[in-house]
Amino acid sequence: MSATTHQQVLEADFQPASFEFTPDNRARADRILAKYPADRRRSGMLPLLDLAQRQHGGWLPRAAMDHVADYIGVPRVKAYEVATFYTMYNLKPVGTHLVQVCTSLPCQLRGADAIGDACQKKLGIGYGETTADGKFTLLEVECAGACVNAPMIAVGDDYYEDLTPESTEKLLSELAAGGKPTAGSQTGRRTSMSSAGATTLKAQAQKAGVTYIGEE
Amino acid sequence: MLKDQDRIFTNLFGFESFGLQAARARGDWDNTAAIIAKGRDGIIEEMKQSGMRGRGGAGFPTGLKWSFMPKASEKPCYLVVNADEGEPGTCKDRDILRHDPHKLLEGCLVAGFAMGAHAAYIYIRGEFYDESSSVQKAIDEAYDAGLLGKNAANSGWDFDVYLHRGAGAYLCGEETALIESLEGKKGQPRNKPPFPAMAGLYACPTTVNNVETIAAAPTILRRGGAWFAGFGRPKNQGTKLFCISGHVNNPCNVEEEMGIPLKELIERHAGGVRGGWDNLLAVIPGGSSCPMIPREVCDTVLMDFDALREVRSGLGTAAVIVMDKSTDLVKAIARLAKFYMHESCGQCTPCREGTGWMWRVMERMARGNAKIEEIDMLLDVTKEIEGHTICAHGDASTWPIQGLFRHFRPMVEQRLRDYSALTKAA
Repeated sequence: MSATTHQQVLEADFQPASFEFTPDNRARADRILAKYPADRRRSGMLPLLDLAQRQHGGWLPRAAMDHVADYIGVPRVKAYEVATFYTMYNLKPVGTHLVQVCTSLPCQLRGADAIGDACQKKLGIGYGETTADGKFTLLEVECAGACVNAPMIAVGDDYYEDLTPESTEKLLSELAAGGKPTAGSQTGRRTSMSSAGATTLKAQAQKAGVTYIGEE
Repeated sequence: MLKDQDRIFTNLFGFESFGLQAARARGDWDNTAAIIAKGRDGIIEEMKQSGMRGRGGAGFPTGLKWSFMPKASEKPCYLVVNADEGEPGTCKDRDILRHDPHKLLEGCLVAGFAMGAHAAYIYIRGEFYDESSSVQKAIDEAYDAGLLGKNAANSGWDFDVYLHRGAGAYLCGEETALIESLEGKKGQPRNKPPFPAMAGLYACPTTVNNVETIAAAPTILRRGGAWFAGFGRPKNQGTKLFCISGHVNNPCNVEEEMGIPLKELIERHAGGVRGGWDNLLAVIPGGSSCPMIPREVCDTVLMDFDALREVRSGLGTAAVIVMDKSTDLVKAIARLAKFYMHESCGQCTPCREGTGWMWRVMERMARGNAKIEEIDMLLDVTKEIEGHTICAHGDASTWPIQGLFRHFRPMVEQRLRDYSALTKAA
C-alpha cells in the first residue's frame, strides 16, 4: 500500500464509495448523542466515529467520516481532524484481529521486545502490516495502562497480559484457528495482585479462596 | 503497614463482584444523603481537613480545587472525571474502574454536589473497553436504584453521570486537552487562563479530577477528614494506590499509607527487587515523567510528594518503575523519549520539534554514537523546551533525560568514549 500521507489515504483506491449507519447503529448513535446538551452534538464525534469503525470491519473509511460529520451536523473536515489525530481510528483496512504490542518502558523492561519479535515471527509480518489471509494486523503501540501485568498485547478490545514468547505464540495460534482465548493474565494470576498471593485485604482474600502472604 | 480496616479500595483485585449489591455490602452508597446534608461548604471543609491532594499526578489540594467553582453560576457546572490513564507505569485507575466503579459514581455525586454540578462526564481512555463496560453497567444499576438521576440517592440533588470513551491519545490526560476531546475535537490543550473552574467544558465552570481522588471522597467524608489526615506526614496525607512494575519479583498494585519507604513498599508487596536489593540500579518513582533516582536514594526515600521533590523527582501517579543492574538506562530513557515524541499533540513548536530531536539524540547516545559535548547541548535543549509550552507535556518530556544525566552522566560519557575509541581503532 503506497498511501502514506493522510491526504493519500483518504483518496486511495481502497476507499468505499459510500457509508451509512445501519438502523441499529442509528439508534445507538442517537443514544450516544443524548448524553450531551442538545446544542453540543459535536461531543459525540469520537464515539460515533468509533461506532462507524466497528460497523465497517475495524477501519474507518472517508465515507464514514463524512457520514458521521453529516449526522452530527458539522463540516466534514471536523471529522477528518479527529480521525487523523487519535490512534485508535484505523484509516486503512485491517485484519480480523488487530494485534497491538505495547513496547513502552514498563513492558520493555519485562521483555516486550521479545513479545514483538514472537508476533512478527509467528505472523510473518512487520509492524504496520497485515497478513495475506487478512486475519491479522500487527501494530506497535504506546502504554496501554496494564504495566504491572507486563508484557502485554491487546487484540481488538481484549488485553492479554503476563506474556512470554511461548504464550504469545500459543495465543496467536488459537486466534488463527478461530478460537477465543480467555483475556487477562496468561499465567492465571488474579488481575493486578502479586503473583505470590495477596499481601493486603486478608479477610477478602480468604473469603475468595486466595492465598494470603501478608502480615498476620 | 496500613491496616486492612483502613483501606478504601477493598475490592482492588476484584475478589468480589463490582455490582451494586456487592458494592453496598462493602459500604458504598450507605446513606449518601447524609453526606449531601453536610452542605457544599461542609463537604469542601472536610476535604480540606483530610489533606487530600489530587491523585492524578500534580497533587493539587482537592478541597481547595473544589472551592474554586463559583458559588452561583448562570451557566451549568460540570464535574469531569479523568480516567484517561496512560502515563507509563500507571495502571491504578483501571482497577477502580473495573472492580470498584460504584465508589467512583458515589464520589461523582458528592463531589458534583459540592461544586454545584448536576452532571458528570467520566472520560475513559478508549483502550479500556472492558473497564468502560463495567462502569456503564454500574451507571445503569445506579439509575435503576435511584442513586443517580432526579433526587439522586434521596439527597434532594438531581445528578446525572455519563460515560465518554476516548480514542487513543495520552495527551487527553491533560485537563484542557481532555475537555477539548470531550467536545469532539482534537485533544490539544488550551491556554490558561481562563482556568476550567471559570470556563471549561462548553465554556462552563468545570472541575477535572482524577478517578482515585473522586472514588476516595465518599469514604473520606464518611470516616472524616481527620481519619484520612491521620496517615502519612503533614501535607502528604492519606492512603494511596501504588503501581509497582519493572524488575521486581512480583509486580502489583497495592493501597498503602502515603509516605511508606520505597524500599518497604517494594519488599513487602512486590517481593523485592529481582536478584535482591543490591541488584537495584534506579527507580522511576512516579510514572514516566518523574526523574529517576539512583539506588542510594532509594535506600531511604519516602513515597510522598515532598520527600520525592526533595530528591528532585516526584510522586506523580505513584507508579514505581524498578530497574535492576541489567537495565541499559540510556536505552530506557531513549524509549521514554520516543513515547513523548509519539504523544506530543503537535501544537507548540518546542515540544513538537524538541521531543523528536531529543529522541534521535538519545538513540544515538544509547549506541554511543555522540560527542561528549552533545550532552550539554542536549541538556540546554531540555531547558529550552521546559516551561515554553502550553501544557506540561514539554516539561515532562525533558525530566527523564535530565534525571538520567543528573545521576549517571559518567556512565554515559564512558559509553561515548568507548564507542569513539572503537570506531577510531576500526
